[in-house]
Amino acid sequence: MRRLVTGIVGLAALLAGCATTNQDNSSRLNLIKNRNELICGVSGKIPGFSFLKSDGSYQGLDVDICKAFAAAIVGDSEKIQYRPLTAAERFTAIKTGEIDLLSRNTTFTLSRDSSGGNGLTFAPVIFHDGQGLMVKKESKISSLKDLANKSICVGSGTTTEQNINDAFESAALPYTPIKYQDLNQVVAGYLQGRCSAMTSDRSQLAAARSGFKNPKEHIILDDVLSKEPLAPASDGQDQKLADAMRWVVFSLISAEEQGITKSNIDEKVLIAKDNPQLKPLRRFLGIDGGLGEKIGLSNDFVVKVISSTGNYGEIYDRHLGPNSEVPIPRGQNELYNKGGVHISPPFN
Amino acid sequence: MKINQKIFLQFGICIILFCLIGILINNLTVNLIRTGLGFNFSWLFKPASFALAEHPLPYTSSDSYAWALFIGWLNSLKVIVSSLILATFLGTIIAFARTGKNSLLGLISAAYITIIRQTPLLLQLMFWYFVGFLGLKDNMFIHIKNIFNITNQGIDFSGLFFSSEFLALSLGLSIFTSAYIAEVIRGGIISVSRGQWEAFRSLGLSERKGLIRIILPQALPAIIPGLTSQYLNLAKNSTLAIAVGYSDIYAINDTIINQTGRAIECFIILLFSFLLLNLLITNTMEIINRLILNSQKHT
Ligand SMILES: N[C@@H](CCC(=O)N[C@@H](CS)C(=O)NCC(=O)O)C(=O)O
Repeated sequence: MRRLVTGIVGLAALLAGCATTNQDNSSRLNLIKNRNELICGVSGKIPGFSFLKSDGSYQGLDVDICKAFAAAIVGDSEKIQYRPLTAAERFTAIKTGEIDLLSRNTTFTLSRDSSGGNGLTFAPVIFHDGQGLMVKKESKISSLKDLANKSICVGSGTTTEQNINDAFESAALPYTPIKYQDLNQVVAGYLQGRCSAMTSDRSQLAAARSGFKNPKEHIILDDVLSKEPLAPASDGQDQKLADAMRWVVFSLISAEEQGITKSNIDEKVLIAKDNPQLKPLRRFLGIDGGLGEKIGLSNDFVVKVISSTGNYGEIYDRHLGPNSEVPIPRGQNELYNKGGVHISPPFN
Repeated sequence: MKINQKIFLQFGICIILFCLIGILINNLTVNLIRTGLGFNFSWLFKPASFALAEHPLPYTSSDSYAWALFIGWLNSLKVIVSSLILATFLGTIIAFARTGKNSLLGLISAAYITIIRQTPLLLQLMFWYFVGFLGLKDNMFIHIKNIFNITNQGIDFSGLFFSSEFLALSLGLSIFTSAYIAEVIRGGIISVSRGQWEAFRSLGLSERKGLIRIILPQALPAIIPGLTSQYLNLAKNSTLAIAVGYSDIYAINDTIINQTGRAIECFIILLFSFLLLNLLITNTMEIINRLILNSQKHT
């Protein structure tokens, strides 16, 4: 009897200990540095963005963004633990602290970015996308209208789910959404003929199609149903980590603006060191100004980032360029001075 | 003295439990307030703005989240009740085959039970859905005079439509659960003394009649509790619906958490929905149990 009582009291004490509210406000940035490893949430199923290769490595644009963060925060772009997540799992994974940050074709929206919504915060957009529809060529479907009363395969827990409804509702067309948990199931449902079309971000449709047996038998319709600005995200409570992430992404864009690449970065550092009059370059590369410190990183974080991943354009070309497995024209993902929308605020 | 001690102990345990729950609730609310959230259920009455493929009652995307959740609950109920009936039916047949005299049937049913119990349910559901139902290609129609149409979209039974998602989930759950139910029933049958078998045989009753009329009624009191727990498992397993594209309450809850970010509130709702489903099952079984016991007293 007494043992029972002590047992219960002990358990109670233990639980009470665990339950005391976690008021430690120090940033996750320190946690990542102490751990000396970044835990990055990715999809793992989208060629060109994040894809698990047969040798066990992850590759793609989203993955390179993880690498840039790791290079900036822990100084080594290989010190990363990847966590493949489904669309529905991803936000909980951030809020529960299972991952440090998310780099998983996630659309930047008000609800997700707000403390009254999903409670996240977004880094700058790394890929401007839009939602599309893919159909079989033989179906002769050529626009949204042809899909009236048809079934459409959708991934659940996505902006896609809401957009497709908005599009069909505003066109007053009835349809049936068949919702699956991840991209592979959406693809299987579509290929098996359960649905007349599958819908997702157009980049994902192109990526998925690249893995089909006969990619030519499928077409992506011209209709673009929405804006899908894809951006990395982290916990909205953690301003320090968010600051660091924001400027790492901008550093990739800014480097491209300035023509700084993986192959010429060392040379640029030497030039900057020798020429005190090149003030903006010296600040950017961390020789003057102490900018890195202000966001909890080392002053030369840009050098670490660019020497491991290259600038934004290089990352893009590597995974989505004309010679890659999933060629997607750069279009609006060009720099602002080349007809696109990517622009970096000044490193001052 | 003894009684006093007992009361004191129970009192103590109650206090500790209350404190624990209090601490946890406090912890939760403090953290929610800290993150600027706070408990709030008002979003339940905002429009859901997502469509659902299946809804037993009228539903449009302008209906509220609360209504969408209720539709999900009904979808869950629909798949649970239908699987429960099918699983019991299948399980009984297999148990009879297993305990019967025909050794080939016994072997087949033993193999069935082993295979079904040794493979993960998720895998089985995916198999039934992607291979079983979606495997029926677009052009493969099975028409029986417009009464019975099978396509990979589902089965149309003279105007009554069952989607592939519902069918795959229901069939998968039934087959999986039937293997466990068969074992529960077999256990009940074995628990009836051998003498009863010899008794009905010597009365000249056939094997089947003896099993149904003499053995099963005596086995039922031993079977019901095991059956109830299998039914509860089935109800909980039904949340794998999302893997085969069926909109059960769990899948809809998932979508809502994503849209609203209200994970804690959603999980509380989910908890209560399942409590309700499971209480429904336990109470119905309790009533059945009592009816059986009563009818046995009278005979
Ligand atoms: N960009 C959209 C959708 C992205 C998305 O995750 N899409 C689904 C498929 S439609 C998905 O899960 N894709 C990748 C995966 O399955 O891992 C969002 O942020 O909600």
